[in-house]
Amino acid sequence: MSAVAAPSVYSGGASVIAVGVLLAEFGMFRQALLRDQVRLYAAQSGLISALAVLVAAARQLPELYVLAALSAGLKVVIVPIVLRRLLRGLGHGGDGAQQDQAAHGWTEIAGSGSLSLASTILLAIAVAAFGFFSVGALRIASPVLPPTALAISVSVALVAFVLMIMRRDVASQAIGFLSLENGISLAALVVAAGMPLILEVAFLFDLLVAVVVFELLIRLHHGRAESLSTADLTSLRG
Amino acid sequence: MLAVIAALLAAPFAAALVSLRARAAAARAVTAITGVGSFGLVLALVPAASRGEVRYLDYLRVDAISVVFLLATSFLYAAVAVYSLGYLAHSRRDAGFSRYSRRFYAGLNLFAWSMLAAPMMSNLALLWIAVEVTTVISALLVAIEDTDGAAEAAWKYVLIASAGLGLALLATIFAYYAGAQVLGQHYNLSFGPLLQAGARLPHTPVRLAFGLAVLGFGTKMGLFPVHTWLPDAHSEAPTPVSALLSGSLLAVSFYAILRYYQVATAALGPRFPRDVLLVFGIASLLLAALYLIDQGDIKRLLAYSSMEHMGILAIGVSFGAPIALAGVLLHVLGHAAAKGNAFMGAGVLVQKFGSKRISRISGGLDLLPWSGPLFGVAVLALCAMPPFGIFRSEFEIVEGGFAASSNVAAAVLIVLVTLAFLGLSAMANRMLLMPRQTCHTAQGDGAAAAPVRGEPSGWMVVPVVAGVAALLVLGVHPPSELTALLTRAVHEMGVAA
Repeated sequence: MSAVAAPSVYSGGASVIAVGVLLAEFGMFRQALLRDQVRLYAAQSGLISALAVLVAAARQLPELYVLAALSAGLKVVIVPIVLRRLLRGLGHGGDGAQQDQAAHGWTEIAGSGSLSLASTILLAIAVAAFGFFSVGALRIASPVLPPTALAISVSVALVAFVLMIMRRDVASQAIGFLSLENGISLAALVVAAGMPLILEVAFLFDLLVAVVVFELLIRLHHGRAESLSTADLTSLRG
Repeated sequence: MLAVIAALLAAPFAAALVSLRARAAAARAVTAITGVGSFGLVLALVPAASRGEVRYLDYLRVDAISVVFLLATSFLYAAVAVYSLGYLAHSRRDAGFSRYSRRFYAGLNLFAWSMLAAPMMSNLALLWIAVEVTTVISALLVAIEDTDGAAEAAWKYVLIASAGLGLALLATIFAYYAGAQVLGQHYNLSFGPLLQAGARLPHTPVRLAFGLAVLGFGTKMGLFPVHTWLPDAHSEAPTPVSALLSGSLLAVSFYAILRYYQVATAALGPRFPRDVLLVFGIASLLLAALYLIDQGDIKRLLAYSSMEHMGILAIGVSFGAPIALAGVLLHVLGHAAAKGNAFMGAGVLVQKFGSKRISRISGGLDLLPWSGPLFGVAVLALCAMPPFGIFRSEFEIVEGGFAASSNVAAAVLIVLVTLAFLGLSAMANRMLLMPRQTCHTAQGDGAAAAPVRGEPSGWMVVPVVAGVAALLVLGVHPPSELTALLTRAVHEMGVAA
């Protein structure tokens, strides 16, 4: 590990995309509107599909084209549509202005009750650094992608956990979970690119089922609490 | 045998479809018949599994370990299917009842289907998918009561369990990576070849996979510190669902951990996986025992007791001695029967007194001529009193602990189990034996109709009696077929050497 050669265009490009995925994860922290968070999720998913296409082309893994297409169809198109329809549909019962806001998917995100945005981001940076360096130290070599990408994927997953913990509304917790899944997809591209397509498709199908159930439960929660906030989910203790 | 496996996968799914379409009465009957039939089918698998594994279509694989978990799930499926005949008839009678009942039965059958499917998967990816399917279906069942509490519990459950399963998915991916290093890039995550690769597997990814699997599947098994959804979901779900959650779902997640344990032991040797399980087991058992001492809600009481028993299972595996592992597998069966009984008894008490608060329930023994004593028996069985199955299994686990020279851990286990016994028995004592009038007048809620003596429904007693019979059989004299199955399963766990 003395004189490190410059990375090839391929591995440099792959690392840049992986960093883009992590930046999208951080970007979710600063969004104040759910609609924008959904867009960012779609963009993040799009980056992962792009990386899959890159790997497929460079490493001659034609199955990954199919995976990239299916993954883009589900995570860039279907899931965001489901989420936006959900957010639009939740306007019922409120006053006019609220209804108008909700109709445009402008529902505000309830931030953390305990930490300011700046502190939350600092925490997320610390967590991401922890993930990055600890996984980097494991020296898990991948046949298809630079090991940096694996370290970044673990950072994405950890930051997604911070997002889920800090947010105080059900919709953005759900999006946090979905972006956690994106981090895991990234890890899968690095260390499990050759996994049989049928299993990958089964994972995606399973994600679809999970999204539908999340949607149902968010509707149920909104129906009872008249808001997306989790502030009143405190009755079960002890 | 292949026909049996196919039927076991097809029947509950078909029953779910029928329940969605058919009238309520038909759904009830079909569910009860399918539940009891499934248990019969699993019994038919026992002799074959005791001799060796059965494979089907590349993706299905049933061995002795799977059958132990199938027995637990199918027994409870049968029990709650019969119990629901009475439970639903008495729980609600409003306008939306037929819709509720249709959803309930469809969900119950699908839930049982997913839990029966998980132990039959030959492949770690499919196992993960099956466990994830159990999560989403059971989250909907937790929410089915449509109360504030149910909505809260379902949301916490689906979010925490899905996040945990995200970690388990990472574990699956690292297991693939480890396997692919030895078996080539087109390795399909089948379990058998991974186990055979054993010591040739690279250590770091296997360690990562095992750690993540314990944390990830441990979330659904109720291991500390990722157990927080468990008491909420158990207390807010309808009672038959609580029984399945506790007796089967937690066990299915434990099954997934056991599979990773097998791989980790084969690749790394026993030390690392056992140490990990011991830490999680002791912490879970300690926390559960403390929460049991002063618990105000009958269903949360039983939920923490489940956590206690999951801790015992993890500790039992960490001992590693063959007798301890046999005890662990017997414990899975005993816990399913005893916890199913306890929840079903608690369901009757809750219906009778109209409250889950322990302080509102008293004199159960007088008011419920059958369910009262049977609930008491279930609690005693859960506390590992002889002559029930859990006494035998815990005895074997402790014996295994001393045999493996884990004297301190075994002593800690005994102390914590005794602590849990104190909490559980004191609460049960209060609900069953404390005279009725003192509590009633103290509450001053005379306006609410005082409960009258009698059982709500015979259907809610029959499966509990069957559960007691099963516990007695397990405790007094396990049939030779079962002993052969457990011996084979212990052999499969790789301790024969």
